[in-house]
Formats: sequence, C-alpha cells, structure tokens
Amino acid sequence: MKGRTAIAVVLALSAAAPPPPPGASSCSGCHGAAAPIAGHDAKTLTEALIAFRSGARESTVMGRIAKGFEPTELNAIAAWWSEAPK
Amino acid sequence: MIRRRHILSGGLALPFVAKAQATPRVVIVGGGFGGATAARFLRTAVPAPDVVLIEPNDMFVACPFSNLVIAGERGLDAQRFGYAVALSGGIKLVTAAATSVDASARTVKVSDGAQYAYDRLILSPGIDISWGALPGYDEAAAARLPHAWKAGEQTMLLRRQLEEMSDGGTVVMSVPPNPFRCPPGPYERASLIAWYLKNHKPKSKLLVLDAKDVFSKQKLFQNAWKQLYPGLLEWVSLSDGGKVVRVDPTTKTFETEFGSHKADVGTVVPPQSAGAIAAQAGVADRSGWCPIDPVTFESRLVPGIHVIGDAAIAGAMPKSAFAANAQAKVCAQAVATLLHGNKPAEPRLINTCYSLATPNYGFSIAGVYKPVNGVLTDIEGAGGTSPLDAPDSQRVAEARYGERWFQTITSEVFG
Repeated sequence: MKGRTAIAVVLALSAAAPPPPPGASSCSGCHGAAAPIAGHDAKTLTEALIAFRSGARESTVMGRIAKGFEPTELNAIAAWWSEAPK
Repeated sequence: MIRRRHILSGGLALPFVAKAQATPRVVIVGGGFGGATAARFLRTAVPAPDVVLIEPNDMFVACPFSNLVIAGERGLDAQRFGYAVALSGGIKLVTAAATSVDASARTVKVSDGAQYAYDRLILSPGIDISWGALPGYDEAAAARLPHAWKAGEQTMLLRRQLEEMSDGGTVVMSVPPNPFRCPPGPYERASLIAWYLKNHKPKSKLLVLDAKDVFSKQKLFQNAWKQLYPGLLEWVSLSDGGKVVRVDPTTKTFETEFGSHKADVGTVVPPQSAGAIAAQAGVADRSGWCPIDPVTFESRLVPGIHVIGDAAIAGAMPKSAFAANAQAKVCAQAVATLLHGNKPAEPRLINTCYSLATPNYGFSIAGVYKPVNGVLTDIEGAGGTSPLDAPDSQRVAEARYGERWFQTITSEVFG
C-alpha cells in the first residue's frame, strides 16, 4: 500500500511527533514503498548514511546527497526516520 | 495570535476575522507536485489548519517521464493522477481556476466567482507560456509546433506528428535561454525522439537549436549522443548560431540569426514565466518569477503569500518535480509553525533528478541546499552528476531508479 506509506510519512510530520530535522523531509521524495526507511533501525540508517558520505559504501546518488550533511545531521535524520511510522 | 495580527494589520481583514473562526485557514493554488504535497502535509499538522486546494483540472498530468510518451514507449495514462486521496485527507478541493488574489483582504477569487479567505496562501502555479516572447510562437502556433511542456494533449499531439512523419524527415527542436521548467528536459526529449527515430525512422534527422552554450548534465548527454545517435542528432549551440529568433508555424520554419531550418515535425520548448496568478497577486518580479525567503518560501514582495515549485526563484534549486515536492514539505512545516506563532528552523533541501538517453540508459543529478545570505545555495562538496565513465550496468540501474522515484513521489503526492 503505497498510499499508506505516504500517509504514514505525512503523519510523522504532525506536531505530536517532533518536527523533522533539517533535510529529513526531502527523503520521502524517493524513499517510500521503494527503498523504505520509515521505522527502520536508527543505528542501521546512521551507519548507511555515514558510509555513503565517506564513500565506503558504493551508491549512485546517496553518496552525493550524504556529503551535504555533517555526521551529527545524518544522525538526527536517521533518528527521526526510525521513529516515523512504517 | 493570528486573529490579533489581522486586527492589527487593518480593517480590511476584519470581516473575515468576524466569522470568529478559530481554525487557521490555508489556501493553496495549484495541485501539482508542489501544491498537492503542501496540502497533504499541512492537513497533518496538530492542530491542522483548514486547507483549501484550488486547481482547475480534475486530473493532474505529470511532466516527468512524458518524454517517453512522446517516444511511444509509455502511455499518457501512466502520467495521470486524481485527487481522491487528497480529498480523503480532509482537504477541500475547489475545481476552478484562481483568477485573482486580494492580498490586503487575504482572499482568493476563483473562476465561478467564489471567494476563499486565508490566513496564509501558498501559490504553486507552475509555469505559463510567454506567448509571443519567441516571435511567431503564439497559442495557435502550438497546434502546429507543439511545446508539450505542460503534459497532456500537447504531449499526444507531438507523439502523433512523429508517428505520421515519413522516414527521412527532419525534426527540429528549439530550446530557450534559462530559466525554464526542467533544465535537462529538452535534452532528454532530444534523446528519446532520437531513440524513436533510430528504431523506426532511421533515415530521419533531429536538429536541436539551442539559445545556450551550456546545459544540465551536458557531458553525460553528449557522450550518450555520440555513442547512440551519431549522424542522427545534431545539437547547435548558441555560439554556433543555434538561437531561434522566430518561428513560422505555417511552413514549420525555425529562423536563427544565421539561417532558417524547415521542419517536418517541430517542437518548441517555449519561453515561460511563473503561472499568471503569481503576477496578478504581485509576487512575481520583473523577471516573471517569484523571489522568496528560503526558510519559509514566503514571498519577498507580498507578506502572507508563499510561493513554491517552478514559479519560485529558488536560488540553486532547479525547477523540478522533486524540488517542488521538497519545497512544499519545508513550506508546509514553516506555515504550520508560523500559524502557531513560532519561528521556523533553517531548512536543508535536496533535489534528485533522473534523465534518460534511452529507456534503459539513465543518469542523475543531485544537490543539497541551504540558505546563505537569503538565497538557497548548493552545499559545497555535495551533489553533482553521475560519473561520465560509469559502466552500462549503472546506466541501466539509474533508468530503473528513475522509474521507482516516479512511482514513489506520485504515490506520496497523489496516493
């Protein structure tokens, strides 16, 4: 149910949840039913983002995107997505 | 908080305040990637504002991937999206054209005469074509030389013309100076028309007449053209006399400063500006586009009106569907925060954009942006294009990622 994922992402932005840290709301442009990240383990997401940033993990676009954030910012983005409903 | 501001801001706002409506009202004009996203995200703020989405069409027809429709590789139905999910989210959908904005009364009037009051207005009107800006190219000319830069009937018209052309024909395309919707779009279109010709009408030619010397993903496109379409696709830069100064729709002739080219099929990527409602509302500057604050997307010219998507002057961010969607989420968050009387945090925004050189040959450009001195600016060291020397497997993978991006973003926006 792609629609449900989208709504879940939407709900995650509500005032009941903390507002997304800078950059986090852009992710769902690509990450929904395909390549989902909502509700995933924060540590796994952080490690992936850090590895994309350093180039240790190969990618097509994620390396280019992760380089736009400091590690602390990537941590915050990963933590927020891990709390977002699946 | 909001009501007090209205009272302080002058008597004109009072009739609407007098309704004693506690729930703030946000009106959104335009149901594309920007406006429909903003509507859905605003409805989930707590407490949610009342959201009115004003859009003249029953169905949205998406531009990304419409070049595949022109090439005969995709049906137009795959580009159409309805608003049923938006409505189920409690958004009031008004199927009418917004005709005027009264920024002091804070109302929007639509084509049937109804008026909608707002505390904050989000304009996401996309583009309108600047008819006549290219001499000879008016609305009637588009029936002979389709622009197909708003997806729909125009897309199918260009498709039919290509189908009807005999093998050995000449296709001519005109590309305008910056800025315009979808910077790599003309070159993807050229690629996919060339793909169609190569496979179905191989004696034909495609001539791309450009008012620029440099363009988005240029090296990637030019490498692909050299490899895939030698002798078929010819790109003429500004320096080489590519700038089209006049078209004659009757004879399908494209005039440059140096000569003229007669087409069997012609397509004009038209000069354009922010959708007409932007200028009417007073948020467009002399360039025809809308200067904004990069934290809130509030207009630099008219308070209380936010502008997102192709219509906005978003600094380094391109006029893309991904950018409109990303801007809409940041803008929705900022509007909700402002309606609560708080100060929005400084955002980061991302853009990712895929292009095709064939249906199985894709590449991308990405960017990460932050406000610097009031302008959305590329974060250094981030972003950029796919590598020039990538193996074929990466081109295939990026073609598939592009399709997945389209599925994901359209389900986020339209359900």
